[in-house]
Parts: sequence; C-alpha cells; structure tokens
Amino acid sequence: MAEQQATPGGGAKTKKFMFVNRKAPYGTIYALESLEVVLIAATFDQDVSLVFIDDGVYELTRGQQTKDIGIKNFSPSYRALEGYDVEKLYVDRHSLEQRGLSEKDLLVPVEVLDTEAMAELMEQQDVVLSF
Amino acid sequence: MKFGLLVSEGPYTHQASDSAYQFAVAALAKGHEIQRIFFYHDGVNNATRHTEPPRDDRHIVNRWTALAQEHKVDLVVCVAAALRRGINEAVLAPGFRISGLGQLVDSGIKADRLLVFGG
Repeated sequence: MAEQQATPGGGAKTKKFMFVNRKAPYGTIYALESLEVVLIAATFDQDVSLVFIDDGVYELTRGQQTKDIGIKNFSPSYRALEGYDVEKLYVDRHSLEQRGLSEKDLLVPVEVLDTEAMAELMEQQDVVLSF
Repeated sequence: MKFGLLVSEGPYTHQASDSAYQFAVAALAKGHEIQRIFFYHDGVNNATRHTEPPRDDRHIVNRWTALAQEHKVDLVVCVAAALRRGINEAVLAPGFRISGLGQLVDSGIKADRLLVFGG
C-alpha cells in the first residue's frame, strides 16, 4: 500500500534539523561556522531549529563589540534568521542562569526551556548537529 | 543502513579523523553504505596532500584516499572552511573534492543517520 506523504519543497524529503550551539562566539570558530550551516540548511526547506546551551548562550547576547579584538561581529546575522524562516530558537534556562543572564540580555526572541523540555525536543529530531 | 559522516576536527590533533575512519571501515565491512564523508571546521586539514607524518605513524590522508578509491566513498571538503584555512584544489589529496555546505545538508536529508565526529 502506497503511503501518502506531504512533501513540501518540491517533493524533497523534509527532516527536522537541530543545530546545538555550545561555544562562546569568538574564542573558537564553531559558532560562526555553525551559523553558516544553518543559513544553508534554511535554503533546503528543512525544519530547522537552533539550540543554545552552555557558553553557546553568549552567541545571542546583545551589544557585542569586537572591534578591539579584530574579529568581525557576526551577531547581527542571528537577527536575519527570521528572513530565512528560521524562527525556532531555544535557549537552555540553566545555562542562562549560571551566567547571570536572562532573556532580556538576548538580541532575538527565543524560547527558554528547562532541561527536560530540551531533551524532549532533541528526541524529536532527525538530525542533530552539535557545534 | 546508509550513513553520512561529518568530521569536524583536524587530523593528528584530535581523534575525530581516526574514529570516523575506523567507523567507516567497520560499517563497510558489515555491508552498510557510507553515503558521504563531509569535512568541516579544521576537519578540512584531512584533505591536504602535503601531509607528511613520521614513517612509523599512520598516514591519515592516504588512508582516506585509499578508502575513496577502494569503496568509492564521496569525500567532500567544505569550500568556505577550506579556503579560510589555505586548502584549495592545488593542495587537495586524491579522492577528495571541494564543494559547498549544501552537501552536508544533503547528507542529513539522504542518509539514514548522520554521525558527527569531533565537536
């Protein structure tokens, strides 16, 4: 029996992609190169979500100033994600609190989740890429 | 099963390249398919033909080349990550090709499992 499946994106398979960001933005290249994958994944019409956990929460903090360290401030790109239909941004509550941060310190609207809800969300994914 | 692999750390510095290679060999021996191996971050350093380890050590780059030749495994190096680290067509070892991040997303879509080595 043939299975009927909705196939958005011109018949291509849609999968749930989750990008887990765990590193501070400028100490290593992981945050920047993760964002580059996210922007590409968005063009493939996939169901993309981003998670910020551990020092990854610093990637979203407001008022980043990188002039003195000579590295490009790429944080405005997170604001552009909406234009790519990437609107599911989740932040780990414990990671925020540990660092004395709250939702109002962040430059984009996010959903703050407890560990349990985060685990549940990860469980639902087809592809989890951790950076 | 159809596996996609992502190698996200440099050879010799990190075990990611070794683990990914060992996994690929074991999976192929069991009759699974390696749909693609994608090299990102410092993982792009797996693809330079100038690699010359001491003679008594494993040759990580030649090992990848042999895997590509014997099993037709698609070894893809991210162009943006490669160029920023000085890896281009001129230094590319046989068996590798340079392409875009779309190839990684494509692996996520087409493979049954996408495994991350490193990170």
